[in-house]
Amino acid sequence: MNPRPTDATERPVQKAASGGPPPLLPLPTSASTSTSAPRESAGRTRQVELRDLNAFYGSHHAVKDVNLSFAPRDVTAIIGPSGCGKSTMVRCINRMHEEIDGARAEGQVLVDGTDLYGAGVDVVAVRRAVGMVFQKPNPFPTMSIRDNVAAGLRFTGAPRGEIDERVIGALKGASLWDEVKDRLDQPGAGLSGGQQQRLCIARALAVEPEVLLMDEPCSALDPVATLKIEELIGELKERVTIVIVTHNMQQAARVADTTVFMLGGELVEVGATHKLFTTPEDERTEQYVTGKFG
Amino acid sequence: MESGSLSADLLRPPSPRRRRTDKAMRALMWTATGIALVPLVLVLYYTLQKGIGALDAEFFTTDPTGNFLGAQGGVKSAILGTIEIVGFAAVVAVPLGIGVALYLTEYGGKGRLAQAVRFFVDVMTGVPSIVFGLFIYLVLVLAGTGGSTFAGWKGSAALALLMLPIVTRSSEVALQLVPNSLREAALALGAPRWKVVVRVVLPSAASGIVTGALLAVARAAGETAPLLFTATIVKATTFNLNQPMNSLPAQIFQDLKQPNDELVERAWGAAITLIAMILLLTLIAKVIQRRSRAKGAT
Repeated sequence: MNPRPTDATERPVQKAASGGPPPLLPLPTSASTSTSAPRESAGRTRQVELRDLNAFYGSHHAVKDVNLSFAPRDVTAIIGPSGCGKSTMVRCINRMHEEIDGARAEGQVLVDGTDLYGAGVDVVAVRRAVGMVFQKPNPFPTMSIRDNVAAGLRFTGAPRGEIDERVIGALKGASLWDEVKDRLDQPGAGLSGGQQQRLCIARALAVEPEVLLMDEPCSALDPVATLKIEELIGELKERVTIVIVTHNMQQAARVADTTVFMLGGELVEVGATHKLFTTPEDERTEQYVTGKFG
Repeated sequence: MESGSLSADLLRPPSPRRRRTDKAMRALMWTATGIALVPLVLVLYYTLQKGIGALDAEFFTTDPTGNFLGAQGGVKSAILGTIEIVGFAAVVAVPLGIGVALYLTEYGGKGRLAQAVRFFVDVMTGVPSIVFGLFIYLVLVLAGTGGSTFAGWKGSAALALLMLPIVTRSSEVALQLVPNSLREAALALGAPRWKVVVRVVLPSAASGIVTGALLAVARAAGETAPLLFTATIVKATTFNLNQPMNSLPAQIFQDLKQPNDELVERAWGAAITLIAMILLLTLIAKVIQRRSRAKGAT
């Protein structure tokens, strides 16, 4: 009763074999030498595990008994029809779910064995470790590009002297640096939709999370901007464990190592992406990926 | 055949009845607008016509003399008194009102206490201003709180009570307009809730809050009733808030009752001054609003 990716331990091998996007180190040396922190975190991306996770909106049971684990340095895509609970499940991982009126979650979310819902866990610390990118780009409208990226660092009280370097590092990490380096002090809301979304990714990266959750990050973007974000995901997985919710099956096929199919709040099937799309085990998965419903 | 009948339908002129109704309704709306503008224009016209003669350097630089005959003096004490009383009231009421609004939007949610507070804020908005004056008269003036009977700060207290629900209501509306996605973005970055409020929510709502606060100040500056038996009407300028203090509305009230043309004209002049001060505040509010809107658009 614990569906995990069957070959989680073989992941690195498979990744090398599948070719994928070039495994460039996203940070140029100048940025990563500034502190030892980025390099350190690059080596310790975390294992995330959901155990008997249930989520509710009032009396509506949105996520039902989900058991799942996300391998470190892996991209996991969650697919499924609208309203199947995929966003809700992801929002449970950084405890954003409970911010909605009447919403609650039960069960365990383990990050390297520590239960995020356990007693004494600081919800603020959880969100520093597990970053999130939302469906609609939501840069802070009152802040410049620089301040947007620095926002998370300022919220968490990072040393003042480090902020500039980490902003540059995060912007480079989000492949946005070249486009905005001459206008860091202009408002973040003035960028195009795709740039705004990469700004939001840079903002999430700046606090150096262990896990990055992306809730349909491309659904408001055009194909070119979408492609850029997908390339970026390929680079970022060297540093963080990525969980991406998408309603676009092609996108899941392009970016994910592992794919999870959900239906009606339940987890139906988990497997290596190519396997889930070509030879799914569950009939419902097959119907969904072949476009028979959803 | 079908397309022919459709184009005939499209090209047919509107029926005479529809055209008549349209014209009548337009005329009605123009008339309504015109009627609504008449009192506004007349008020401005009469105030200017009657009071413009009173405006000179002396009007702004001298206090009322109170002499039965001879020079009557200006309204300096009233202008300064209004600024002092309203300013102190704003210093008290604006932060409090913003605080209540923050509680309602960011923390209270749909809880029972928040609903109750919302209800009483609405009730307070409808309370006539003289009731606040009476309340302060009973509680602070008759009791001689602070070693004084009538005092400027007691007038401020009455005005602050009047402003509090206005500031709360307008700030709440401004805060509710901040998209929830911004709060989520900040929370997901690991910001504690108070930092979300201070760094993201308040700056995003700043222009709305400032506008609301300035309009509340403008409203309070024109109030006469709460001041009559709290700060009362005096002649001399004072900067001590614990003394009776003059104010423009109270001065107007006083002067208009006098059997002296010069004093009546001074009342009209004071009215012009008050209108100008409130107009200035409203303009500042508009400029702040426009500037922040332009910033958001780029």
